[in-house]
Amino acid sequence: MERRNARQTREIVVPGDVLDGTGMKPGDYAYVQGGKVRASVMGVRNVFQNTVGVIPLRGCYMPTSGDTVIGVIVDIGPSNWLVDIGAPYPAPLHVNEVPWKVEFGDTSRYLGMGNVVLLKVLSVDESKKIQVTMKDSGLRRLEGGRLVKVSHSKVSRIIGKSGSMISMLKNMTDCRITVGQNGMVWVDGDEENADVAVRAIRMIEEKAQCGNLTDLVREFIESKLPQSEIDEGDE
Amino acid sequence: MSGHTDMVLVDENGMRIDGRTAEQHRPIKIEAGVLHNADGSAYVEIGKNKVLAAVYGPRECHPRHLQNPEKAIVQVKYNMEAYSVSDRKRPGTDRRSIEISKITAEALEKVVLTELYPRASIDVYIEILQANAGTRCAGLTAASVALADAGIPMRDIVPAIAAGKADGKVLLDLNKEEDNYGQADVPIAIVPSTDEIVLLQMDGNMTRAELDHAIELAVNACHEVHDLQVDALKRRYSKDREASE
Repeated sequence: MERRNARQTREIVVPGDVLDGTGMKPGDYAYVQGGKVRASVMGVRNVFQNTVGVIPLRGCYMPTSGDTVIGVIVDIGPSNWLVDIGAPYPAPLHVNEVPWKVEFGDTSRYLGMGNVVLLKVLSVDESKKIQVTMKDSGLRRLEGGRLVKVSHSKVSRIIGKSGSMISMLKNMTDCRITVGQNGMVWVDGDEENADVAVRAIRMIEEKAQCGNLTDLVREFIESKLPQSEIDEGDE
Repeated sequence: MSGHTDMVLVDENGMRIDGRTAEQHRPIKIEAGVLHNADGSAYVEIGKNKVLAAVYGPRECHPRHLQNPEKAIVQVKYNMEAYSVSDRKRPGTDRRSIEISKITAEALEKVVLTELYPRASIDVYIEILQANAGTRCAGLTAASVALADAGIPMRDIVPAIAAGKADGKVLLDLNKEEDNYGQADVPIAIVPSTDEIVLLQMDGNMTRAELDHAIELAVNACHEVHDLQVDALKRRYSKDREASE
């Protein structure tokens, strides 16, 4: 509880704000100028040991290797697909990186335009060239369901502390939910349940700054979906 | 700059036609995050100027030949609405808007950490809804708030304001009449943390001493504008928090 309160009072900084002038090291989204550490994005000031950085409030998704992301196929080549993963750069998915044996030029039989896939970022080099793969356990094409796009900086709120929020969402709405690091969320379930789940996710995104968000979301889902037999399993 | 008038722009008490002193800027209102579909946006009013700025990106750069493999490029489009001035402005790009787009992009490139996004492009759209002299400064002020609102890494937020000369006196933040019938107009933009100048133009004539004074006035005013920009950005999140609690 104490830690949560501490997080509430954290200070919002904008680019150029002095984070520290006493000799701490610059962390994420911080730079040094004239002996002072300054912020380079709008966000929340974050001190960790001897470094001071910023947790951004907004901004585009930058892939890092190992991220699990959800993408949409936007282009098909003879030996690869181009996937939109919400990054500023296209992410090519090579035929060697899919779990099927694909003949040259036969790519569109396996994944078509607009198909949604669960991927993993293989590598991102210094010129920001991205490689993604589908050859890992659990990675697959996502069929049915719906896709919700949220800001990638809100992903940690959707998952919650050690997955508390996401597991509550799954239990209470009885939906299959997959969250990509890039802020794409895939929800599959009954029409009505999925509706509530999507609205709950939207609510988390809107109110990401609030404390005890889990309780707020629980109340919201309870008001929309009277919990009967599912409730017991949840508690 | 060229016109003539019998109007007294600065009276014997040093008062200007809109009731300001020589060292006062017009009332400024800044709001961040006004557009939903843009990655970042801002609305700025400086006196009768009304400006909307929207930022998209960083995103893939098109056309491809503009890509820079080492850093992102900043593309600005400054556009005046047809109804923004008292005579209808012929819509579309003209020499003036190309110039302003270019100098605004160059000013912003100095603060944006473009090397973080090679081959990408950051697109800024500035729409002048109502013009009353000093729109390039208002546009740049709005654009830098919109960039920060989009979460784009940048060294600082750039404020801009003009100084000038009318009725033989150095004035801050010229209005339409002072701009049209005055002797000089000097728009300035700075990086507040270092006081570097990222935009300086002059149209008209001034002595060296007058220019120094004008720059001093404008730099001080830029710091005031910067405080308002910071306030607008921070307000966006405190507002969000209040609304949701």
